[in-house]
Amino acid sequence: MSRENELKYTSEHEWVDAGDGVATVGVTAYAAGQLGDVVYVDLPAVGTEVEAGSSIGEIESTKSVGELYSPVTGTVVEVNDAVAATPELVNSDPLGEGWLVKVSFEALPDLLDLDEYTSLTTEA
Amino acid sequence: MTDTDASAPADAGEELLSPLHEAHVALGASFTDFAGWQMPVRYSSDLAEHHAVRTAAGLFDLSHMGEILVLGPDAAAALDYALAGRMSALDEGRAKYTLILTEAGGVIDDLIVYRTGPDRFLVVANASNREVVAETLRARADGFDALVEDESGDIALIAIQGPKSAEILANVEDLLADDGAIGDALDSLGYYRVLRGSYLALPVLIARTGYTGEDGFEIYIAPDRVRSLWDAILETGAGAGIVPAGLASRDTLRLEAGMPLYGHELGVDVLPAQAGLGRAVALGDDRDFVGRAAVESGAAPEPDSLLAGRVLVGLASEGRRAGRAGYRVFRDDGSDAVGLVTSGALSPTLGYPIAMAYVDPSESVAGTVLSIDVRGSRIAATVVTLPFYKRES
Repeated sequence: MSRENELKYTSEHEWVDAGDGVATVGVTAYAAGQLGDVVYVDLPAVGTEVEAGSSIGEIESTKSVGELYSPVTGTVVEVNDAVAATPELVNSDPLGEGWLVKVSFEALPDLLDLDEYTSLTTEA
Repeated sequence: MTDTDASAPADAGEELLSPLHEAHVALGASFTDFAGWQMPVRYSSDLAEHHAVRTAAGLFDLSHMGEILVLGPDAAAALDYALAGRMSALDEGRAKYTLILTEAGGVIDDLIVYRTGPDRFLVVANASNREVVAETLRARADGFDALVEDESGDIALIAIQGPKSAEILANVEDLLADDGAIGDALDSLGYYRVLRGSYLALPVLIARTGYTGEDGFEIYIAPDRVRSLWDAILETGAGAGIVPAGLASRDTLRLEAGMPLYGHELGVDVLPAQAGLGRAVALGDDRDFVGRAAVESGAAPEPDSLLAGRVLVGLASEGRRAGRAGYRVFRDDGSDAVGLVTSGALSPTLGYPIAMAYVDPSESVAGTVLSIDVRGSRIAATVVTLPFYKRES
Protein backbone atom coordinates (compact mmCIF):
# COMPACT_ATOMS: atom_id res chain seq x y z
CA MET A 1 0.00 0.00 0.00
CA SER A 2 1.18 3.50 -0.73
CA ARG A 3 1.78 5.88 2.14
CA GLU A 4 -1.29 7.92 1.10
CA ASN A 5 -3.44 4.81 1.51
CA GLU A 6 -1.98 3.93 4.91
CA LEU A 7 -2.68 7.34 6.41
CA LYS A 8 -5.86 8.51 8.12
CA TYR A 9 -7.36 11.94 7.59
CA THR A 10 -9.48 14.59 9.30
CA SER A 11 -12.13 16.78 7.73
CA GLU A 12 -9.88 19.72 8.66
CA HIS A 13 -7.27 18.44 6.18
CA GLU A 14 -4.75 16.92 8.56
CA TRP A 15 -3.22 13.55 7.85
CA VAL A 16 -2.48 11.18 10.71
CA ASP A 17 0.05 8.39 10.84
CA ALA A 18 -1.07 6.54 13.96
CA GLY A 19 1.75 4.35 15.14
CA ASP A 20 2.29 2.70 18.50
CA GLY A 21 0.50 5.22 20.75
CA VAL A 22 1.99 8.16 18.86
CA ALA A 23 0.30 10.01 16.01
CA THR A 24 2.42 11.86 13.48
CA VAL A 25 0.40 14.75 12.07
CA GLY A 26 0.76 16.95 9.03
CA VAL A 27 -1.45 18.71 6.52
CA THR A 28 -2.54 17.15 3.26
CA ALA A 29 -1.24 18.06 -0.17
CA TYR A 30 -4.71 19.41 -0.92
CA ALA A 31 -4.52 21.76 2.07
CA ALA A 32 -0.99 22.86 1.20
CA GLY A 33 -2.13 23.56 -2.34
CA GLN A 34 -5.08 25.61 -1.13
CA LEU A 35 -2.86 27.68 1.15
CA GLY A 36 -0.19 28.39 -1.43
CA ASP A 37 3.43 28.90 -0.52
CA VAL A 38 3.79 28.36 3.23
CA VAL A 39 6.05 31.00 4.77
CA TYR A 40 5.58 30.51 8.51
CA VAL A 41 4.62 27.62 10.76
CA ASP A 42 3.81 28.06 14.44
CA LEU A 43 3.88 24.76 16.37
CA PRO A 44 3.18 23.94 20.03
CA ALA A 45 5.98 23.27 22.52
CA VAL A 46 6.93 19.69 23.31
CA GLY A 47 5.00 18.64 26.42
CA THR A 48 1.89 20.62 25.57
CA GLU A 49 -1.28 18.72 26.42
CA VAL A 50 -3.74 18.91 23.56
CA GLU A 51 -7.32 17.87 22.96
CA ALA A 52 -8.74 16.36 19.80
CA GLY A 53 -10.21 19.14 17.69
CA SER A 54 -8.38 21.95 19.44
CA SER A 55 -6.19 24.41 17.57
CA ILE A 56 -2.53 23.68 18.27
CA GLY A 57 -0.72 25.71 15.65
CA GLU A 58 -0.86 27.97 12.63
CA ILE A 59 0.30 27.67 9.08
CA GLU A 60 0.70 30.92 7.18
CA SER A 61 1.09 31.37 3.48
CA THR A 62 1.59 34.63 1.63
CA LYS A 63 -2.17 34.71 1.05
CA SER A 64 -3.79 33.32 4.15
CA VAL A 65 -3.59 31.66 7.54
CA GLY A 66 -4.62 28.12 8.37
CA GLU A 67 -5.06 26.60 11.79
CA LEU A 68 -3.68 23.22 12.72
CA TYR A 69 -6.02 21.08 14.82
CA SER A 70 -4.95 18.11 16.87
CA PRO A 71 -6.66 14.97 15.64
CA VAL A 72 -6.11 13.21 18.99
CA THR A 73 -6.15 13.96 22.71
CA GLY A 74 -2.73 13.56 24.27
CA THR A 75 0.69 15.17 24.70
CA VAL A 76 2.97 16.70 22.10
CA VAL A 77 6.10 14.54 22.17
CA GLU A 78 7.98 16.00 19.20
CA VAL A 79 7.70 18.91 16.78
CA ASN A 80 9.37 19.20 13.40
CA ASP A 81 12.00 21.89 13.87
CA ALA A 82 13.05 21.52 10.24
CA VAL A 83 9.67 22.75 9.08
CA ALA A 84 9.81 25.76 11.40
CA ALA A 85 13.12 26.73 9.79
CA THR A 86 12.07 25.73 6.26
CA PRO A 87 8.29 26.18 6.01
CA GLU A 88 8.28 25.38 2.27
CA LEU A 89 8.66 21.70 3.23
CA VAL A 90 4.90 21.79 3.83
CA ASN A 91 4.46 22.42 0.10
CA SER A 92 7.29 20.31 -1.27
CA ASP A 93 6.73 17.17 0.81
CA PRO A 94 3.54 17.51 2.88
CA LEU A 95 3.25 13.81 3.72
CA GLY A 96 6.95 13.31 4.41
CA GLU A 97 9.52 15.88 5.51
CA GLY A 98 6.72 18.38 5.95
CA TRP A 99 5.23 16.55 8.98
CA LEU A 100 4.41 18.94 11.82
CA VAL A 101 3.93 17.30 15.24
CA LYS A 102 3.91 13.95 16.99
CA VAL A 103 1.27 13.53 19.68
CA SER A 104 0.99 10.62 22.10
CA PHE A 105 -2.54 9.32 22.57
CA GLU A 106 -4.55 6.77 24.51
CA ALA A 107 -7.42 6.28 22.09
CA LEU A 108 -7.62 6.99 18.41
CA PRO A 109 -10.84 8.72 17.38
CA ASP A 110 -12.71 7.83 14.21
CA LEU A 111 -10.79 9.27 11.26
CA LEU A 112 -11.33 9.25 7.52
CA ASP A 113 -9.64 6.85 5.14
CA LEU A 114 -8.22 8.06 1.84
CA ASP A 115 -11.41 7.41 -0.14
CA GLU A 116 -13.55 9.29 2.37
CA TYR A 117 -11.10 12.17 2.50
CA THR A 118 -10.78 12.35 -1.28
CA SER A 119 -14.54 12.51 -1.71
CA LEU A 120 -14.54 15.41 0.76
CA THR A 121 -12.04 17.44 -1.24
CA THR A 122 -13.57 16.75 -4.62
CA GLU A 123 -17.07 17.83 -3.51
CA ALA A 124 -15.98 21.32 -2.64
CA MET B 1 -6.62 22.64 9.35
CA THR B 2 -8.97 25.39 8.33
CA ASP B 3 -8.27 28.15 5.90
CA THR B 4 -9.29 31.37 7.61
CA ASP B 5 -8.65 33.81 4.80
CA ALA B 6 -11.10 36.56 5.68
CA SER B 7 -10.52 38.35 2.40
CA ALA B 8 -11.79 35.58 0.15
CA PRO B 9 -14.97 36.67 -1.56
CA ALA B 10 -17.90 34.43 -0.72
CA ASP B 11 -19.90 35.37 -3.77
CA ALA B 12 -21.85 32.37 -5.00
CA GLY B 13 -24.10 32.17 -7.99
CA GLU B 14 -23.21 32.34 -11.62
CA GLU B 15 -19.69 31.21 -12.37
CA LEU B 16 -17.93 33.29 -15.00
CA LEU B 17 -15.03 31.91 -17.00
CA SER B 18 -12.28 33.86 -18.70
CA PRO B 19 -11.72 33.30 -22.43
CA LEU B 20 -8.34 31.97 -21.25
CA HIS B 21 -9.85 29.38 -18.92
CA GLU B 22 -8.74 26.40 -20.99
CA ALA B 23 -5.21 27.80 -21.14
CA HIS B 24 -5.13 28.10 -17.34
CA VAL B 25 -6.37 24.55 -16.91
CA ALA B 26 -3.70 23.31 -19.32
CA LEU B 27 -1.06 25.20 -17.31
CA GLY B 28 -2.21 23.48 -14.11
CA ALA B 29 -3.64 26.56 -12.41
CA SER B 30 -5.42 26.55 -9.07
CA PHE B 31 -8.54 28.67 -9.27
CA THR B 32 -10.23 31.08 -6.92
CA ASP B 33 -13.56 32.81 -7.06
CA PHE B 34 -13.11 36.50 -7.69
CA ALA B 35 -16.31 38.51 -8.00
CA GLY B 36 -18.03 35.49 -9.51
CA TRP B 37 -15.16 34.69 -11.87
CA GLN B 38 -13.07 31.54 -11.71
CA MET B 39 -9.59 33.04 -12.01
CA PRO B 40 -6.14 31.52 -11.57
CA VAL B 41 -4.83 32.15 -8.06
CA ARG B 42 -1.49 30.52 -8.90
CA TYR B 43 -0.03 28.13 -11.45
CA SER B 44 2.72 26.54 -9.40
CA SER B 45 4.12 28.74 -6.65
CA ASP B 46 2.90 32.24 -5.85
CA LEU B 47 6.35 33.15 -4.51
CA ALA B 48 8.05 32.02 -7.72
CA GLU B 49 5.53 33.98 -9.76
CA HIS B 50 6.11 37.05 -7.60
CA HIS B 51 9.88 36.84 -7.99
CA ALA B 52 9.60 36.25 -11.74
CA VAL B 53 7.74 39.56 -12.11
CA ARG B 54 10.39 41.40 -10.08
CA THR B 55 13.32 39.89 -12.00
CA ALA B 56 12.04 38.87 -15.46
CA ALA B 57 8.36 38.90 -16.40
CA GLY B 58 4.96 37.50 -15.51
CA LEU B 59 1.82 37.22 -17.62
CA PHE B 60 -1.54 37.87 -15.95
CA ASP B 61 -5.07 37.24 -17.17
CA LEU B 62 -7.22 40.23 -16.21
CA SER B 63 -10.16 39.41 -18.43
CA HIS B 64 -12.47 39.65 -15.43
CA MET B 65 -11.99 43.39 -15.21
CA GLY B 66 -14.73 45.68 -16.50
CA GLU B 67 -14.31 47.66 -19.70
CA ILE B 68 -16.88 50.40 -20.18
CA LEU B 69 -16.90 52.65 -23.23
CA VAL B 70 -18.12 56.22 -22.98
CA LEU B 71 -18.64 57.85 -26.37
CA GLY B 72 -20.27 60.82 -27.98
CA PRO B 73 -19.78 64.57 -28.38
CA ASP B 74 -20.31 65.11 -24.63
CA ALA B 75 -18.30 62.07 -23.48
CA ALA B 76 -15.57 64.22 -21.91
CA ALA B 77 -18.08 66.54 -20.25
CA ALA B 78 -20.07 63.60 -18.88
CA LEU B 79 -16.94 62.05 -17.37
CA ASP B 80 -15.85 65.42 -15.97
CA TYR B 81 -19.10 65.42 -14.03
CA ALA B 82 -19.10 61.70 -13.17
CA LEU B 83 -15.48 61.24 -12.03
CA ALA B 84 -13.09 62.91 -9.59
CA GLY B 85 -10.47 63.57 -12.27
CA ARG B 86 -10.80 65.99 -15.17
CA MET B 87 -10.99 63.72 -18.21
CA SER B 88 -11.51 66.60 -20.68
CA ALA B 89 -7.89 67.53 -19.99
CA LEU B 90 -6.67 64.08 -21.03
CA ASP B 91 -4.93 63.95 -24.41
CA GLU B 92 -5.78 61.23 -26.90
CA GLY B 93 -3.51 58.23 -26.40
CA ARG B 94 -3.11 58.84 -22.70
CA ALA B 95 -4.48 57.16 -19.61
CA LYS B 96 -5.33 58.50 -16.18
CA TYR B 97 -5.85 56.89 -12.80
CA THR B 98 -9.02 58.28 -11.27
CA LEU B 99 -11.88 57.63 -8.86
CA ILE B 100 -15.64 57.49 -9.06
CA LEU B 101 -17.17 58.89 -5.86
CA THR B 102 -20.50 58.83 -4.10
CA GLU B 103 -22.29 62.09 -3.29
CA ALA B 104 -20.83 61.64 0.21
CA GLY B 105 -17.30 61.55 -1.25
CA GLY B 106 -16.73 57.82 -0.70
CA VAL B 107 -14.89 55.72 -3.28
CA ILE B 108 -17.20 53.59 -5.46
CA ASP B 109 -14.17 52.33 -7.37
CA ASP B 110 -10.76 53.29 -8.63
CA LEU B 111 -10.48 53.36 -12.41
CA ILE B 112 -8.09 53.75 -15.27
CA VAL B 113 -9.55 55.88 -18.04
CA TYR B 114 -8.01 55.82 -21.51
CA ARG B 115 -8.80 58.47 -24.08
CA THR B 116 -8.87 56.49 -27.29
CA GLY B 117 -10.39 59.25 -29.47
CA PRO B 118 -11.67 62.83 -29.27
CA ASP B 119 -15.13 61.58 -28.28
CA ARG B 120 -14.19 58.18 -26.96
CA PHE B 121 -13.01 56.93 -23.57
CA LEU B 122 -12.37 53.45 -22.20
CA VAL B 123 -13.10 53.17 -18.48
CA VAL B 124 -11.56 50.15 -16.77
CA ALA B 125 -13.20 49.11 -13.49
CA ASN B 126 -12.58 46.36 -10.96
CA ALA B 127 -14.42 43.11 -11.69
CA SER B 128 -16.53 43.36 -8.54
CA ASN B 129 -17.65 46.88 -9.46
CA ARG B 130 -18.25 46.54 -13.18
CA GLU B 131 -22.03 46.75 -12.88
CA VAL B 132 -22.20 49.52 -10.31
CA VAL B 133 -19.69 51.61 -12.25
CA ALA B 134 -21.56 51.11 -15.54
CA GLU B 135 -24.90 51.94 -13.90
CA THR B 136 -23.52 54.97 -12.12
CA LEU B 137 -21.87 56.30 -15.28
CA ARG B 138 -25.09 55.76 -17.20
CA ALA B 139 -27.10 57.67 -14.60
CA ARG B 140 -24.59 60.48 -14.44
CA ALA B 141 -24.38 60.75 -18.26
CA ASP B 142 -28.10 61.47 -18.35
CA GLY B 143 -28.59 64.87 -19.97
CA PHE B 144 -25.26 64.65 -21.80
CA ASP B 145 -24.91 63.63 -25.43
CA ALA B 146 -22.91 60.56 -24.47
CA LEU B 147 -23.43 56.80 -24.53
CA VAL B 148 -22.22 54.37 -21.87
CA GLU B 149 -21.65 50.84 -23.13
CA ASP B 150 -20.46 47.96 -20.98
CA GLU B 151 -18.14 46.16 -23.39
CA SER B 152 -16.60 43.82 -20.81
CA GLY B 153 -17.82 40.70 -22.58
CA ASP B 154 -16.21 41.77 -25.84
CA ILE B 155 -12.82 42.80 -24.50
CA ALA B 156 -10.19 40.52 -22.99
CA LEU B 157 -7.27 41.93 -21.01
CA ILE B 158 -3.86 40.49 -20.27
CA ALA B 159 -0.91 42.15 -18.56
CA ILE B 160 2.78 41.46 -19.04
CA GLN B 161 4.70 42.85 -16.08
CA GLY B 162 8.39 42.86 -15.20
CA PRO B 163 11.68 44.30 -16.41
CA LYS B 164 11.82 42.07 -19.50
CA SER B 165 8.28 42.93 -20.65
CA ALA B 166 9.23 45.33 -23.46
CA GLU B 167 11.91 43.03 -24.83
CA ILE B 168 9.55 40.04 -24.87
CA LEU B 169 6.59 41.89 -26.36
CA ALA B 170 8.74 43.39 -29.11
CA ASN B 171 9.59 39.89 -30.31
CA VAL B 172 6.08 38.44 -30.42
CA GLU B 173 5.39 37.42 -33.99
CA ASP B 174 2.39 39.12 -35.65
CA LEU B 175 2.10 41.76 -32.93
CA LEU B 176 2.43 45.07 -34.76
CA ALA B 177 2.19 48.76 -33.95
CA ASP B 178 0.04 50.88 -36.25
CA ASP B 179 2.84 53.45 -36.51
CA GLY B 180 6.38 52.19 -36.95
CA ALA B 181 8.19 49.12 -35.67
CA ILE B 182 6.67 47.53 -32.55
CA GLY B 183 10.03 47.54 -30.72
CA ASP B 184 10.51 51.28 -31.21
CA ALA B 185 6.87 52.00 -30.45
CA LEU B 186 7.08 50.12 -27.14
CA ASP B 187 10.41 51.68 -26.20
CA SER B 188 9.12 55.19 -26.73
CA LEU B 189 5.76 54.55 -25.07
CA GLY B 190 5.66 56.54 -21.83
CA TYR B 191 4.07 55.44 -18.57
CA TYR B 192 0.26 55.72 -18.76
CA ARG B 193 0.40 56.09 -22.55
CA VAL B 194 -1.45 53.90 -25.03
CA LEU B 195 -0.57 52.74 -28.51
CA ARG B 196 -2.76 51.16 -31.14
CA GLY B 197 -1.60 48.05 -32.82
CA SER B 198 -2.76 44.77 -34.24
CA TYR B 199 -2.33 41.10 -33.56
CA LEU B 200 -3.04 38.69 -36.40
CA ALA B 201 -4.48 41.72 -38.20
CA LEU B 202 -7.09 42.49 -35.49
CA PRO B 203 -6.85 45.70 -33.46
CA VAL B 204 -5.25 45.71 -30.00
CA LEU B 205 -4.65 48.47 -27.50
CA ILE B 206 -1.33 48.36 -25.65
CA ALA B 207 -0.96 50.51 -22.53
CA ARG B 208 2.13 51.03 -20.40
CA THR B 209 0.29 50.49 -17.14
CA GLY B 210 0.20 47.92 -14.40
CA TYR B 211 -0.44 46.98 -10.81
CA THR B 212 2.83 45.43 -9.73
CA GLY B 213 5.35 48.25 -9.30
CA GLU B 214 7.31 47.00 -12.31
CA ASP B 215 7.50 48.17 -15.88
CA GLY B 216 4.95 46.47 -18.07
CA PHE B 217 2.07 46.59 -20.45
CA GLU B 218 -1.63 45.84 -20.43
CA ILE B 219 -3.11 44.61 -23.70
CA TYR B 220 -6.77 44.86 -24.67
CA ILE B 221 -7.79 42.38 -27.33
CA ALA B 222 -10.83 40.51 -28.69
CA PRO B 223 -11.67 37.44 -26.56
CA ASP B 224 -11.36 35.06 -29.52
CA ARG B 225 -7.76 36.13 -30.16
CA VAL B 226 -6.51 36.35 -26.61
CA ARG B 227 -5.59 32.67 -26.32
CA SER B 228 -3.34 32.88 -29.34
CA LEU B 229 -1.61 36.02 -28.01
CA TRP B 230 -1.29 34.54 -24.51
CA ASP B 231 0.42 31.43 -25.88
CA ALA B 232 2.65 33.49 -28.19
CA ILE B 233 3.86 35.73 -25.34
CA LEU B 234 4.64 32.76 -23.09
CA GLU B 235 6.49 31.03 -25.92
CA THR B 236 8.42 34.15 -26.93
CA GLY B 237 9.37 34.96 -23.34
CA ALA B 238 10.26 31.45 -22.20
CA GLY B 239 13.99 32.02 -22.64
CA ALA B 240 13.77 35.33 -20.79
CA GLY B 241 12.08 33.66 -17.82
CA ILE B 242 8.45 34.68 -18.23
CA VAL B 243 5.89 32.68 -16.26
CA PRO B 244 2.09 32.81 -16.11
CA ALA B 245 1.23 34.56 -12.84
CA GLY B 246 -1.92 34.30 -10.73
CA LEU B 247 -3.90 36.62 -8.52
CA ALA B 248 -1.99 35.61 -5.37
CA SER B 249 1.24 37.07 -6.71
CA ARG B 250 -0.60 40.05 -8.14
CA ASP B 251 -1.80 40.84 -4.62
CA THR B 252 1.63 40.65 -2.97
CA LEU B 253 3.17 42.63 -5.84
CA ARG B 254 0.65 45.47 -5.59
CA LEU B 255 0.95 45.47 -1.80
CA GLU B 256 4.73 45.92 -1.96
CA ALA B 257 4.16 48.71 -4.47
CA GLY B 258 1.76 50.39 -2.02
CA MET B 259 -1.14 50.27 -4.47
CA PRO B 260 -4.63 50.25 -2.96
CA LEU B 261 -7.15 47.48 -3.64
CA TYR B 262 -10.87 48.11 -3.72
CA GLY B 263 -12.57 46.32 -0.83
CA HIS B 264 -9.42 46.60 1.25
CA GLU B 265 -7.93 50.10 1.14
CA LEU B 266 -10.82 51.62 -0.82
CA GLY B 267 -14.56 51.65 -0.26
CA VAL B 268 -17.57 53.91 -0.07
CA ASP B 269 -16.64 54.67 3.55
CA VAL B 270 -13.27 56.18 2.55
CA LEU B 271 -12.51 59.68 1.28
CA PRO B 272 -9.78 59.82 -1.39
CA ALA B 273 -7.48 61.90 0.81
CA GLN B 274 -7.60 59.28 3.58
CA ALA B 275 -6.17 56.76 1.12
CA GLY B 276 -3.47 59.19 -0.02
CA LEU B 277 -5.32 59.66 -3.32
CA GLY B 278 -5.95 63.40 -3.04
CA ARG B 279 -3.96 63.80 -6.26
CA ALA B 280 -6.63 61.81 -8.14
CA VAL B 281 -9.24 64.45 -7.25
CA ALA B 282 -8.99 67.58 -9.40
CA LEU B 283 -10.14 70.54 -7.29
CA GLY B 284 -8.10 73.14 -9.18
CA ASP B 285 -11.02 74.66 -11.06
CA ASP B 286 -14.72 75.17 -10.35
CA ARG B 287 -15.81 72.03 -12.21
CA ASP B 288 -18.84 70.40 -10.64
CA PHE B 289 -18.45 66.65 -10.12
CA VAL B 290 -20.27 64.15 -7.96
CA GLY B 291 -18.70 64.04 -4.50
CA ARG B 292 -16.89 67.37 -4.77
CA ALA B 293 -18.73 69.17 -1.96
CA ALA B 294 -18.26 66.22 0.39
CA VAL B 295 -14.57 65.88 -0.44
CA GLU B 296 -14.05 69.58 0.22
CA SER B 297 -15.90 69.38 3.54
CA GLY B 298 -13.72 66.46 4.67
CA ALA B 299 -16.62 64.88 6.56
CA ALA B 300 -16.51 61.09 6.85
CA PRO B 301 -18.88 59.43 4.33
CA GLU B 302 -19.79 56.82 6.96
CA PRO B 303 -19.01 58.13 10.45
CA ASP B 304 -19.52 54.68 12.02
CA SER B 305 -16.88 53.03 9.83
CA LEU B 306 -13.73 51.86 11.60
CA LEU B 307 -11.83 53.75 8.88
CA ALA B 308 -13.59 57.08 9.51
CA GLY B 309 -11.15 59.86 10.33
CA ARG B 310 -8.16 57.58 9.85
CA VAL B 311 -5.43 57.67 7.21
CA LEU B 312 -3.67 55.00 5.21
CA VAL B 313 -0.09 54.15 6.21
CA GLY B 314 2.44 51.44 5.58
CA LEU B 315 3.53 49.24 8.49
CA ALA B 316 6.74 47.21 8.53
CA SER B 317 7.53 44.50 11.07
CA GLU B 318 10.26 42.02 11.89
CA GLY B 319 10.05 38.26 11.90
CA ARG B 320 7.70 36.33 9.63
CA ARG B 321 4.19 36.82 11.01
CA ALA B 322 2.15 39.30 9.04
CA GLY B 323 -0.81 41.45 9.99
CA ARG B 324 -3.80 40.63 7.80
CA ALA B 325 -6.95 42.40 6.68
CA GLY B 326 -9.18 43.09 9.67
CA TYR B 327 -6.52 42.88 12.38
CA ARG B 328 -6.53 45.72 14.89
CA VAL B 329 -3.67 48.15 15.34
CA PHE B 330 -2.78 49.44 18.80
CA ARG B 331 -0.58 52.11 20.28
CA ASP B 332 2.72 50.54 21.22
CA ASP B 333 2.55 51.47 24.89
CA GLY B 334 -0.98 50.47 25.75
CA SER B 335 -4.34 49.13 24.84
CA ASP B 336 -5.74 51.99 22.76
CA ALA B 337 -6.92 50.73 19.38
CA VAL B 338 -5.69 53.25 16.85
CA GLY B 339 -6.39 51.53 13.56
CA LEU B 340 -7.12 48.58 11.34
CA VAL B 341 -5.03 46.55 8.89
CA THR B 342 -6.53 46.43 5.38
CA SER B 343 -3.90 44.25 3.63
CA GLY B 344 -0.80 42.45 4.82
CA ALA B 345 1.66 39.73 3.94
CA LEU B 346 5.20 38.58 4.48
CA SER B 347 6.82 40.56 1.67
CA PRO B 348 8.39 38.11 -0.78
CA THR B 349 10.82 40.74 -2.10
CA LEU B 350 11.79 42.40 1.17
CA GLY B 351 11.64 39.34 3.41
CA TYR B 352 9.80 41.01 6.29
CA PRO B 353 6.10 41.47 7.06
CA ILE B 354 4.38 44.49 5.57
CA ALA B 355 0.85 45.80 5.90
CA MET B 356 -1.30 48.69 4.87
CA ALA B 357 -3.49 50.04 7.64
CA TYR B 358 -5.78 52.92 8.48
CA VAL B 359 -4.62 54.62 11.68
CA ASP B 360 -5.45 57.74 13.63
CA PRO B 361 -3.70 60.76 12.06
CA SER B 362 -1.77 61.29 15.32
CA GLU B 363 -0.12 57.86 14.82
CA SER B 364 0.57 58.22 11.10
CA VAL B 365 4.01 59.85 11.15
CA ALA B 366 6.77 57.71 9.67
CA GLY B 367 8.83 56.11 12.43
CA THR B 368 5.92 55.79 14.87
CA VAL B 369 6.00 52.36 16.49
CA LEU B 370 2.61 50.65 16.79
CA SER B 371 1.57 47.07 17.35
CA ILE B 372 -0.70 44.71 15.43
CA ASP B 373 -2.86 42.14 17.18
CA VAL B 374 -2.02 38.97 15.27
CA ARG B 375 -4.63 36.49 16.49
CA GLY B 376 -4.03 37.28 20.14
CA SER B 377 -0.34 38.17 20.17
CA ARG B 378 1.07 41.61 19.50
CA ILE B 379 3.77 42.25 16.93
CA ALA B 380 5.57 45.57 16.70
CA ALA B 381 5.02 47.52 13.50
CA THR B 382 6.71 50.74 12.43
CA VAL B 383 4.94 53.31 10.27
CA VAL B 384 6.83 53.67 6.98
CA THR B 385 6.32 55.78 3.89
CA LEU B 386 4.58 54.00 1.03
CA PRO B 387 5.49 52.31 -1.23
CA PHE B 388 7.40 49.55 0.53
CA TYR B 389 9.13 48.67 -2.73
CA LYS B 390 10.19 50.92 -5.58
CA ARG B 391 11.98 49.59 -8.61
CA GLU B 392 15.31 51.05 -9.68
CA SER B 393 14.72 53.08 -12.79
